[in-house]
Amino acid sequence: MWAGGLVPLLVLALDAGRGALGANPLERVLEQSGLLALLLLVLSLACTPLRRLTGWTWPARIRRELGLLAFAYGALHLLVYLLDQGGLGGLPADIAERPFITVGAVALALLVPLALTSGKGSVRRLGFGRWQRLHYLVYPAALLAALHFYWGLKGDKSEALMYALALGLLLGWRVWQAAVKRMS
Amino acid sequence: SATSAEAPATDELGGVVTPFALATSYNNFYELGWGKDDPARQAELLRAYIAAQQPWTVTFSGEVERPGTYDLATLLGWGDVQERTYRLRCVEAWSMVIPWRGVPLGDILRRVGYTSAARYVQFTSVFAPDSLPGQRGAVLDWPYVEGLRLDEALHPLTLLATGMYGEPLPAQNGAPLRLVVPWKYGFKSAKSITHITLTREQPPTTWSVAAPQEYGFYANVNPAVDHPRWSQASERRLDGSNSLLSARQATLPFNGYADEVAGLYSGQDLRRDF
Repeated sequence: MWAGGLVPLLVLALDAGRGALGANPLERVLEQSGLLALLLLVLSLACTPLRRLTGWTWPARIRRELGLLAFAYGALHLLVYLLDQGGLGGLPADIAERPFITVGAVALALLVPLALTSGKGSVRRLGFGRWQRLHYLVYPAALLAALHFYWGLKGDKSEALMYALALGLLLGWRVWQAAVKRMS
Repeated sequence: SATSAEAPATDELGGVVTPFALATSYNNFYELGWGKDDPARQAELLRAYIAAQQPWTVTFSGEVERPGTYDLATLLGWGDVQERTYRLRCVEAWSMVIPWRGVPLGDILRRVGYTSAARYVQFTSVFAPDSLPGQRGAVLDWPYVEGLRLDEALHPLTLLATGMYGEPLPAQNGAPLRLVVPWKYGFKSAKSITHITLTREQPPTTWSVAAPQEYGFYANVNPAVDHPRWSQASERRLDGSNSLLSARQATLPFNGYADEVAGLYSGQDLRRDF
């Protein structure tokens, strides 16, 4: 899983090395890292429904890795943004004044406690109930990441709408499951 | 080619001319797709459309003295063909330095003649949804329209370009005829122009209609007025030396052409008229 998740990073690094990232390489890495973070977040949210619907156990085993990879690409996305901006100096003003940046920053910030408590030890320390409630933060994080992507696209927004649709289905399935559970 | 080699290696501020390969592979030309590499990839579609037109014509109408449809060769005969190396500053905060070939728009407007009521000039880009895939979606109102105030259109820096790097304009850069207004953001410089209309009122422009809070009619390069999503104080110069670690450079008021054009806006609040 780790190896597979790091392949896109390797491809980006190799392309950077041979000057194959186009006229604006930093922009390319910025776009790719953000897109990978959102994609991996959506995939991590698909694990539980997939396990329930198919009975397979492997989706549950890779969920943690998918989430951590999403966080890692999100952190890379922020790092590349700061590199593009020439440092940290403008970030507070960006977060305060540009809702587009605010939303992206909040999405990444919400993932920080989840990454820090992703180990089995954390589940034990926090107790499963508290751990699970904390990890519900992944839902607002994913929605904000999708909104950030939607705002960032100029013109054709269909790609962002596809992510929003996928998130809607995955969250809708959970709401439906919870309702079924309450009724039974 | 030999002609490319004659182009100057820098602009008058020392900015390195963007390599031809980059200027023709990183484009915003949404008629040919929304990705930066789509216009180059799909350029053949516009090339085929242009070839089928022979000759390309531009229709002048509105407040003009000699309205009509003129072919490209006729238009070019009305002006003094020149080579001009200009900075191109995109509203997305990247920039290039490009050697253009073209005629001052003013030469052509004076030849067609405009009435005393003319205040603005509207430019309409090619409309061919059967050929251009981007125009089959409704993300923007097609055809693409842009506009200038008459004094901006008559300014000697404003060019109608037919070539770059000593060669005819590639399709992805707006063949066969495009506007170049170097002190404004790139989206003002309409590509593949088919109609030029002189008007009394400020004409609608595609981006100011699509997203009025983000893109204004004037769109002068202005480091003091930010886009809602990013700062316009600096830009990334795409000149081929760009590595992942290279720094941005400061954006100049009017893209470095303030001495020539700032006078056009004296007394005007350019924060309001962005």
